[in-house]
Amino acid sequence: MIKVYTSSVIDASADAVWAQVRDFNGLPNWAPFVAESRIEGGLPADRIGCVRNFRLKDGGTIRERLLTLSDYDYQCTYSILESPMNVDNYVATLKLTPVTDGVRTFAEWWAEFDCEPQRESELAEFVGQRVFQAAFDSLKAAFRR
Amino acid sequence: MIRVTRSAIIDAPIARVWAILRDFNSHTAWHPVVAESSIENDEPSDQVGCVRNFTLRDGNHIREQLLTLSDHEHVSTYCILDATIPMRRYVATVRLKPVTDGARTFWHWESTFDAPRGREQEFADLVGKGVYEGGFAGLRSYLQRGGALRARGAETTDAIPSRGVVVSRFGGPEVLTAATLAAKPPASGEVRIRHTAIGVNYIDVYVRTGRYRMLEPPAPPGMEAAGMVIDVGDGVAHLLPGDRVAYVAPEPGAYVDVRTVPAAHVVALPDDVDEESAATLMLKGLTAEYLLHRTHRVGAGDTILVHAAAGGLGSYLCAWGKALGARIVGTVSSPDKARIARDQGCDVAIVADSGAFADAVLSATGGRGADVIYDGLGGPSHAENLRALAPLGHWVMHGQAGGAHGTLVLGELGAKSATVSAPVLFHYTASRERLEAMASNTFDAFRRGILRPSIRHRYPLASAADAHRDLESRRTTGQLLLFP
Repeated sequence: MIKVYTSSVIDASADAVWAQVRDFNGLPNWAPFVAESRIEGGLPADRIGCVRNFRLKDGGTIRERLLTLSDYDYQCTYSILESPMNVDNYVATLKLTPVTDGVRTFAEWWAEFDCEPQRESELAEFVGQRVFQAAFDSLKAAFRR
Repeated sequence: MIRVTRSAIIDAPIARVWAILRDFNSHTAWHPVVAESSIENDEPSDQVGCVRNFTLRDGNHIREQLLTLSDHEHVSTYCILDATIPMRRYVATVRLKPVTDGARTFWHWESTFDAPRGREQEFADLVGKGVYEGGFAGLRSYLQRGGALRARGAETTDAIPSRGVVVSRFGGPEVLTAATLAAKPPASGEVRIRHTAIGVNYIDVYVRTGRYRMLEPPAPPGMEAAGMVIDVGDGVAHLLPGDRVAYVAPEPGAYVDVRTVPAAHVVALPDDVDEESAATLMLKGLTAEYLLHRTHRVGAGDTILVHAAAGGLGSYLCAWGKALGARIVGTVSSPDKARIARDQGCDVAIVADSGAFADAVLSATGGRGADVIYDGLGGPSHAENLRALAPLGHWVMHGQAGGAHGTLVLGELGAKSATVSAPVLFHYTASRERLEAMASNTFDAFRRGILRPSIRHRYPLASAADAHRDLESRRTTGQLLLFP
């Protein structure tokens, strides 16, 4: 089991950032690597248990199941059902916390998963930097004042 | 019940912020409303259950007890036991989290308590603005003043006694004697380190015998160590008190428990590199890094000859060279060492106790010889090495364990169109950027299991003479460490 943790500070209120990221079907709106997304079975995107099926700009397809969505804690947890990354037991959480000193948001994104030992450092770098940090960078740019 | 929550981003790494906040009695140094504070009964300020007894600048008096302290989660929870302010059931939690996007810290400070009916807002403001927001500002200003651990005073303005082992005069292992030295406060560009593990290298023997005149007795030998930063001088941007670090320095002096060294030689250790391994990776690991990647870029198809292939550097050259795709021919002094060298990746281990190895190298390479020779042996082996070198080969003279290099007849190199290099580690590490890159590659090779420090020989620092005896007797394999 390896853990990846990435955190950042976004120059907007947690409410504003949450409005952008709470839509489980909304990745194409802010994650720079996602081309298109749909929720399987026509379910609402905030129905716990729904599955988002999205296509990456590089062509790969990922299916993820929504496990937790909390408008109270600004938190979303999901697992990977299928992906080209070839990982097992992948569970990730995106969480926002208001920074009271200034109108800012502390954003955390972490994941735990299993993979072959020799791929651990490569995948940790990929998930932490090229997925989570890249998405944070995109949010930071969107809210830059 | 009233709940107050405040949070802020502090522009400093979490280790630095936590080093301050984990000290339950540090608030007098940084919090603007705290006048005087002490921990009752002389207990340590990081002992769970300890009580801080303090007065505020407005004259109020408070006693608070530490309930939780976690260096793992960076959490501190405490409660008010009694106070001259009418607040009841006050429990507060300080929680830090790293901002990985830039080396900053998220600080969350939260409490619940009861206050007299009708005065709830007054107390919520007192806690939220006066204590928490005031505390954020106070800590920021404290950090900007260069606060951090310097507030402890004694440790930065005074020399710290440092127990060590010195070369009392040039000679055999017996000249290594215990001594108490002093680690001076770090000047500009310096850092003071408490060692946790000290690497022993063959160069330490030369320093001790005076063959390399790198110190004037009495003075401590030792080129590499790992440990924890105690304090840093002005102008040191890359290190903070509490950082786990390692270094290899061009001046001897590592056989001590506390040392002040130029910060330019020191690198911070990644979380997954332990200090014992790091103390073997700085001199020998970084040497293997530059020999295999910079002096000669070894790759698939190369045959390399590694002398003392079961030794500290030799085993790293075997393992890393193998990972780069090279074929490794090694020399060792005994069949036992041949087995160890093969375990490290050596394809052909030649027992060359007599000092003759060229015929065996030629026969292992179909008569061609080695493309690269890593020669730590020196002058007495010149003729054998030249004979073992392949045409267009690269002869890398990085050490002289067997005897000084003496004179090389350049004309003889023409017989092989040979290239000769005489690299020195400290020329490679003199550039900070290159040192960082070399350390990063070395730690990565450790992380990937290519470099596996086999620490078979551990000695208390005071027994450094035994370590030298064992090293010189050629009985040792792998890495030797001293522990202060």
